[in-house]
Amino acid sequence: MDGWEVVIGLEVHAELATATKLFSGARNEFGGEPNTHVDPVSLGLPGSLPVLNEKAVELAIRVGLALNCVVQASEFARKNYFYPDMPKDFQISQFDQPINGEGWLELPDGRSIGIERAHLEEDTGKSTHVGGGGRIHEAAYSLVDYNRAGVPLIEIVGKPDLRSAEDARAYVSELRAILVTIGASDGKMEEGSMRVDCNVSVRPVGDEELGTRCEVKNINSLRSLGRAIAYESRRQVDLITSGQKIDQQTRHWNEEDGRTHTLRSKEEAFDYRYFPEPDLVPVAPSAEWIDEIRAAMPLLPGERRRRLADESGIHPEAAALTVERGLDDLALAAMDLGAEPARVLVHVENNLADGQGGLTAEAFASLVVMETGGDLTATQAKTVLADLVDSGGDPVDVAAGHGFEAMESSELEGLVGGLITDHPEDWEAFVGGDEGERKKKSGFFVGQIMKATRGQADGRVVNEILERLADGT
Amino acid sequence: MKPDSDVSVPGRITRDDVAYVARLARLNLSDTELEAFTGQLADVLDHAADLEALDLDGVAPTSHPLPLSNVLRPDVPAVESADEVDHRLFCDEVLAAAPAVEENRFRVPPVLGEAP
Repeated sequence: MDGWEVVIGLEVHAELATATKLFSGARNEFGGEPNTHVDPVSLGLPGSLPVLNEKAVELAIRVGLALNCVVQASEFARKNYFYPDMPKDFQISQFDQPINGEGWLELPDGRSIGIERAHLEEDTGKSTHVGGGGRIHEAAYSLVDYNRAGVPLIEIVGKPDLRSAEDARAYVSELRAILVTIGASDGKMEEGSMRVDCNVSVRPVGDEELGTRCEVKNINSLRSLGRAIAYESRRQVDLITSGQKIDQQTRHWNEEDGRTHTLRSKEEAFDYRYFPEPDLVPVAPSAEWIDEIRAAMPLLPGERRRRLADESGIHPEAAALTVERGLDDLALAAMDLGAEPARVLVHVENNLADGQGGLTAEAFASLVVMETGGDLTATQAKTVLADLVDSGGDPVDVAAGHGFEAMESSELEGLVGGLITDHPEDWEAFVGGDEGERKKKSGFFVGQIMKATRGQADGRVVNEILERLADGT
Repeated sequence: MKPDSDVSVPGRITRDDVAYVARLARLNLSDTELEAFTGQLADVLDHAADLEALDLDGVAPTSHPLPLSNVLRPDVPAVESADEVDHRLFCDEVLAAAPAVEENRFRVPPVLGEAP
């Protein structure tokens, strides 16, 4: 792939977290017995009429504001096609006047990715293909469940600003974090509430003009997204370098064989005959309404990373995991109470993967103060922290309950002395070794002491003793 | 899906155009019908062309004949738990009306290609 640049633009569909569907009062709920979250509108029964869900519009505006889009007067349009997942033979979407126009999203590393538009549309029903191993082209028949038909979707069309599989994954992660933070969607890719279609093209490095693109569908996880881009870009480069042309196509990602397969070419592309939806009037959110929604917006992940970075003196990118786990408020509160920022972040990243549980900011702060003050070793602090997460409490009591007390150095010195006598060759290597060797051997000695004291010793103190003894010989 | 910006403005509509649109709409038209509708559609488009000749700068396109916007409903489920039985009967009735049903789902002939 040397000398080639991959250009990626993503279309992300996210189901909006409403109680009901976009155009009717049928429930918007994942799962449920097939065809029970339905009503005349979602089944497309003759004479039924759509009425727009206010909450869906509000969530769409939140998405627009979070993505720095122009929120504007909009209209709905009919997208006509014949496929059993939409019983009325058209999907209501937005076409030339989407509710959100151009905007941008900032990645954790600070780069800005353009957003083309973010519009409202209804989801389709769910088809299950029976026979032919579930593969669409060989199925004997299909079964359709309309529980999902009419569920509100926001389709976020990104500009072709992404240049690698890593970029694409970072973009989708950030977008998901934003959607979850603002309460617009639960962002669950595994339940299909967030779906990604991926436009990929390649061009020689330095070329300005975009290559012919292919759209890859059926990507169900961040991992598949990375794999699909890697496969598809490789395929296109191979075609071009062997003198062939890229045919503009829609392709289907197959998770099992790790390839993309032709679904349809541009010549077979659907002609959707979009026209304004006669059953719905335009939606033109007032400036007052938009302001009201803006005022109620929570801090976005990017803002929270910057806040934590400013407070703790780290790079915003390094604050990403803490914010992703939703533990930045806890971390900031503990820091305010005097806990050392670096130590707080180490615990959040290494020991709080499952959330804070019963851990309060006060207990967290006092634990970190005990640790940095030498009252607890790192291993002991980790044990106490796990207890605090499980069942709350005061770190002083929990530490006492475990019998954790800082070991006297004289006691430790005796243990280290014994260890040296038992391992003379390792000791020689430590004393006579260069910096790397010394580090390796000190790791060995500290490990042995930890084993002997069941983690009660303070690793830093053991190291000090080793250095002192080595200098003495 | 983004709107295509390169849709060319057609000249006078041809019989082939009408046949193409009819095919998209799954309409089976006879030769006589094709002939008749080509003439009728051409008249409609001529009328639109007359309108285009007017100076309409500053006039917003009419997407809807009603002078209304923002008709919204609150996000409240229509079925309260007390109505669950009625709702269930509705669902059963709908399924019973279908030509074929399996596991409470509508059974349909095989479909080639993925939904857009």
